[in-house]
Amino acid sequence: MKKIEAIIKPIKLDMVKDALNAIGIRGMTVSDVHGFGRQKGHVEIYHGAELDIAFLPKIKIEIAVSDIMADKVISTIREKAKTGNIGDGKIFVAKLDEAIRIRTSERGETAI
Amino acid sequence: MNDSIIAVIWTLTCAFLVIFMQAGFAMMETGFTRAKNAGHTMAMNMMVFVLGVLGYWICGYALQRGGEGFFLSGAASDASIIMIFLSQVVYLNIALTIPTGAMAERWTFKSFVVYVFFIAMFVYPLYASWVWGGGWLSQLGGNFGIGHGVLDYAGSSVVHMVGGVTGLAGAIVLGPRMGKYRANGTPTAIPGHHIPMAVVGCMVLFFGWFGFNAGPALADGGLRLGVIVVNTMLAGVAAAVAAMCYVWFMYGKPDLSLITNGLLGGLVAISASCAFVSPVGAIVTGLVAGVLCCTSVFFVERKLKVDDPVGAVSVHGVCGAWGMISLGLFADGTYGDGLNNIAGMVKGLFYGGGLQFVAQVIGVIVNFVFVLAVMYLFFKVLDRIVPLRVSEEVEFEGLDQNEVSVTAYPDFSITKTRR
Repeated sequence: MKKIEAIIKPIKLDMVKDALNAIGIRGMTVSDVHGFGRQKGHVEIYHGAELDIAFLPKIKIEIAVSDIMADKVISTIREKAKTGNIGDGKIFVAKLDEAIRIRTSERGETAI
Repeated sequence: MNDSIIAVIWTLTCAFLVIFMQAGFAMMETGFTRAKNAGHTMAMNMMVFVLGVLGYWICGYALQRGGEGFFLSGAASDASIIMIFLSQVVYLNIALTIPTGAMAERWTFKSFVVYVFFIAMFVYPLYASWVWGGGWLSQLGGNFGIGHGVLDYAGSSVVHMVGGVTGLAGAIVLGPRMGKYRANGTPTAIPGHHIPMAVVGCMVLFFGWFGFNAGPALADGGLRLGVIVVNTMLAGVAAAVAAMCYVWFMYGKPDLSLITNGLLGGLVAISASCAFVSPVGAIVTGLVAGVLCCTSVFFVERKLKVDDPVGAVSVHGVCGAWGMISLGLFADGTYGDGLNNIAGMVKGLFYGGGLQFVAQVIGVIVNFVFVLAVMYLFFKVLDRIVPLRVSEEVEFEGLDQNEVSVTAYPDFSITKTRR
C-alpha cells in the first residue's frame, strides 16, 4: 500500500477530485494548508506598505491506495493539477504499513 | 414655529448626526485593525464618548466658554442655552476618538481612561476657546489686524488637528506594534481584519459629516447652508478620486484602504472652509487633500517611523492643517462679514486677502506646537505612573480578553502565524 500526499493549487481541487473519482478512488482527506517553495512567497502592497505573503494557501490531499493503483493516481493528479506555472505543488509518496477500518476492524487493502 | 426654535431643532439634529459618527469611527478603526484586538478597539471607541461627555461636563465646557458653567451649573443651565452643551460636546468627542485609531492594538485601557479625562477637561477646551470661544487666536484680527483672526468653520483644527496631533504624540510615545518594522527598519503591512466594516464606517462618517459641517449654519441666518453641504460633498468625492488615482498610478492598483482615508481627508479639510469657498475651491481642496493624505501616510510610516494603524495622523492631522490653509487660500469673499467682529468679507490669498492666509497659518502652527508639546509630555509622564503599553505577551495574544475581558470572535480561531 502507498500513501499519496499531494500539495496542489486550491483552484485545482475540484478537477483532481472528479478525476480521481472517475478512476475509482473512493476516499480522500483534504486540508487547507499554507506553505512556501522555492519562490518563498511574494509581496503585496497594503495601505502603502509591503505585505509579505510568506505562506501561500494550498490544498493538501491525502489518499491511501493499493500498490497497483498508485501510479495511476499519481499520473492523474499530475495531469489535472498542472498549469505549467510556478506554484503547481508537489506529490509525495510513502510506503504505508497498515490500514484499519475502525467500524469493522478490517485490515490491509480491503480497509482502504 | 419661530426662527429660534427652528435653529434649535436644526442644531440638535446635526448634533445627533455627529453622535452617529462615533459608530463610523468605531467601525473604521476596528475594521482596519486585527481580529484579536477588535473588542479592545470597539471598547475604546465606545468609552471615549462616555468618559469624554463626563469630563466635558465637569470643567471642559466651562473652560471653553471662558470660565462659566462648571458642572453645567449657573447660567449655563438656563433652558434656552443648555442645548449648546450638547451641540459642542459632540465635536469634542470626534477629536477624542481620533487618537484611538493611531494608538490602537497596544494601548492599556487604564492609561486610555486617564487620557480621555485629561484631553476632554483641559486640552481640547483650551484650544477650542482660543478659536471658537473668543480667545486670542480669534482676536488676531481685532488686536493685530491679521484678517478676521483664525477662522475654523466646523473644526478642521479645533477638532481634527487636535485629534490627529494627539494621535501622533501618542503613537510616538507608544512605539510601533510588534512586527511593524523589519530588522532593517523598513515597514511591513499589518492588514486590517474587516475591510467591509471599515468601508461602511467611512460611509457612516460621510453621512454624519453633513451634520458636522452644517450644524453651525443657522447661527447666522442659514443662508450658507446650501453652500456648506454642497462643498462638503464635493471635497469628499474629489479627495477619494484623487487618492484612487494617486495610488493607482504609484502602485498599479487603487488601494481601497487609502481611498477611504483619502475621502475622509477631503471631508476633514473642507470642515474649516466649507462656508467660505466656491465649489471649484472645494474641489481643489479635496483633490489636494486626497493626494496629501496618501503621501502623508507614506511619510509617517517610512520616514517618521511612527506606526499609525488606521492613518489617523494623516487624515485628521495633516488634512486638518491643509483645511485651515485652504480657507486662507480659497475664501472667495462672499461670506464672513462681521466674523470675530471684523467688518468685510473673508478673502483668501487667491482673492486678494493675504492676511487671512497668515492668520490661518498661525492657527495651524499654534495648534501643532501646543497640542504636540502638551500631549507628548502628558503621555510621557502618564507612562511613568500608568504604563501606556501592554506587555509583549498581551500584545501577541490580543488585547481583547486581557484588557477588556471579551473576545470579539470566540467562534473563530484567530491565526497567530502571519501570512
